[in-house]
Amino acid sequence: MSRSFHAELTKSSPAECQAERAECQRSPHRTRTLLLCLFLSLIAFVDSAFADQVMIGSKKFTESYVLGEIARQMLADAGISAEHRQGMGGTIILWQALRGGQIDTYPEYTGTIAQEILKSDQRLDIRQIENALGKIGVGMTKPLGFNNTYALVMRRDRAQQLGVHTISDLQNHPELKIGLTHEFLDRQDGWRPLEAEYQLNPRNVTGIDHALGYAALASGSIDVKDAYSTDAKIGENDLVTLEDDRRFFPRYEAVFLFRLVLPSPAIAALRKLEGTIDEQRMIRLNAEAERTKNYARAASLYFDGGARSTTSLGESFPRKLARWTLRHVELAGFSLLLSVIVGIPLGIVASRGGAVGHVILGFAGIVQTIPSLALLALLVPLPFFGISARTAITALFLYGLLPIVRNTATGLQDIAQSIRDSAIALGMEPGARLRKIYLPIASRSILGGIKTSAVINVGTATLAALIGAGGLGEPILSGLNLNDHVTILEGAIPAAILALVVQWIFDFLDRILIPKGLRL
Amino acid sequence: MSDLVQLVDLSKRYVDAPALYPTNLSIGRGQTVILIGPSGCGKSTLLRLIVGLVRPDTGKIFFDGTLVTPETIQLFRRRIGYVIQEGGLFPHLTARANILLMARHLRKDEDELRARLSELCALTRFEGNLLDRYPVELSGGQRQRVSLMRALMLSPELLLLDEPLGALDPLVRASLQKDLKEIFRRLEQTALFVTHDLAEANYIGDEIVLMNEGRIVQQGSIIDFQQRPANEFVSEFINAQRSLVSL
Repeated sequence: MSRSFHAELTKSSPAECQAERAECQRSPHRTRTLLLCLFLSLIAFVDSAFADQVMIGSKKFTESYVLGEIARQMLADAGISAEHRQGMGGTIILWQALRGGQIDTYPEYTGTIAQEILKSDQRLDIRQIENALGKIGVGMTKPLGFNNTYALVMRRDRAQQLGVHTISDLQNHPELKIGLTHEFLDRQDGWRPLEAEYQLNPRNVTGIDHALGYAALASGSIDVKDAYSTDAKIGENDLVTLEDDRRFFPRYEAVFLFRLVLPSPAIAALRKLEGTIDEQRMIRLNAEAERTKNYARAASLYFDGGARSTTSLGESFPRKLARWTLRHVELAGFSLLLSVIVGIPLGIVASRGGAVGHVILGFAGIVQTIPSLALLALLVPLPFFGISARTAITALFLYGLLPIVRNTATGLQDIAQSIRDSAIALGMEPGARLRKIYLPIASRSILGGIKTSAVINVGTATLAALIGAGGLGEPILSGLNLNDHVTILEGAIPAAILALVVQWIFDFLDRILIPKGLRL
Repeated sequence: MSDLVQLVDLSKRYVDAPALYPTNLSIGRGQTVILIGPSGCGKSTLLRLIVGLVRPDTGKIFFDGTLVTPETIQLFRRRIGYVIQEGGLFPHLTARANILLMARHLRKDEDELRARLSELCALTRFEGNLLDRYPVELSGGQRQRVSLMRALMLSPELLLLDEPLGALDPLVRASLQKDLKEIFRRLEQTALFVTHDLAEANYIGDEIVLMNEGRIVQQGSIIDFQQRPANEFVSEFINAQRSLVSL
């Protein structure tokens, strides 16, 4: 079953660089050609990130990460190149990514498929599910061997003290504070029907991130939370599972969903996993993953008790850091470049005022008011976007647009009338006037806008990890997921340093790009 | 010799009020014509109409006998130099780059430009070592000299000056008045010069055009204005200025 952890990422501090020179000395024609080439190579680059290999997705919790890794190693053993995009999001995002072809396979649970994907009111058996999926081009392996059902858990001492053993017992304790993941709160087989089935009426129900919920449980901030039965944290934190005495929760057999267009050797490799993981084994793998913070290593335990070669396993920290940082700079840099290429011309048009100008500034302003998380979520279901770096870059590009458009427009509008008059009276063509006089005079304001966009992009780029686009948000996200501060800092500190570097780069750019006469 | 500029029934109305009623005016070659009058009398509007910064509502402008149209205005602008009160220098360029901007845009020969520049420095009595300064690093008087050089760079047939000395202190102003008069004489420059100072008008101009409330009130020399005022306003304007001078 899926558990999305709606991680509230604190926007990590800014960083990043890449500024385009606003004013160009070359001829307009050459400039246009150059910009076009840049744009096309950018698209090509982004697309090349989606080369022809099996894409495995996973949801944003430990077990899904581990299963994703197991699938990757299984495919690798079969000689099939595969990439695992870890922790892309919740059920809806993964399902849409699968339907859209951005991923080829991901681990899912039968209960979730019936309830959330097929939206069935009845309890479907495995065959019924398989048939329904087959009609829309999606295949399903047989169960992997464990039933990971939802459960409500409490601290053992608290449960014993109150004499709570079953979910029904909660009826007598409406004062207990219940903290649930957002997904569980919303699911058709989640909190609301459960509450109705058991006739519970607790006074205090709040939504909380899954990993943080365990910390809240330990500290006594909440008394009851949702969990899943193979969760390693249940044993580690000495929690008890409340008995589902009315058999409310359906069965959640773990399976792999895959696109039927996948080549048969790949499907065969996935099918090798059928019936090979029982509950105890899965708990052990989950515990190993959480203990070592290394999903690949935990997955390798599945194969011959960890005796596999380690080449595909632990990536050293410096390499990981380089990968995250490079990706982060790519995401923020390319989106900033697009914002500059599109934003400056839009700003020039907007500076002339009129209806068009108002529409441009209005549009850029509205985009800015959409929360970044919501913007990502809005783009994901659209064709062409989906779960990809494209989506992240597009969202960041839209975010970066307003400061550049607005600063370009105001920078140009603020040019004194006497200077405009002198420029026009010279008899220079409007284009040359813009290039040689107006844009350089507005350069400080424009560069200020680009700097603001860079800061926004570097901060917001950490959210790209939510849709599997990587970057420094990746460790922050898995740190939140594991409630592991060190992992969070592995992303947060480099992001802060990146911010300082960006600041420094822009101070330097100020010196070389803003004409000296404007800096005196 | 025909007139360089002819304005025929030229008028302009801004949103709230007429700025210029239909007006006729001719400027002869080599002549320095002064436009004078109180603030808002339409003298700056007249200049802005000629250089195409505003479009006339009615009337025609002939430059060197040719009708000026919105399509051709760009080419005529290159035959006109325009100097305004604050200089209108481009802050991101040095004095030199300001002066040479248009000539370089037209890809004139660099050697010729160098020669022309030193000629202009001598003419406007501007120290060559200040050429690499930015506008903010120059005094008000120096800025106006640079602005004048920029306007003269392409040897314009017509020079338009909109209160070029308005913002300068009296000593600098006096020295520039003297220099301007000398420059106009040596270059036989056709110029249209806006001021509200009658003494300046009398000193620099060959012909004075007095304007009030969007109309030309009287045209001639200061003697004409004193001895044969066209109306009450002319006498008042003359007397107001004379009383200031006599203090």
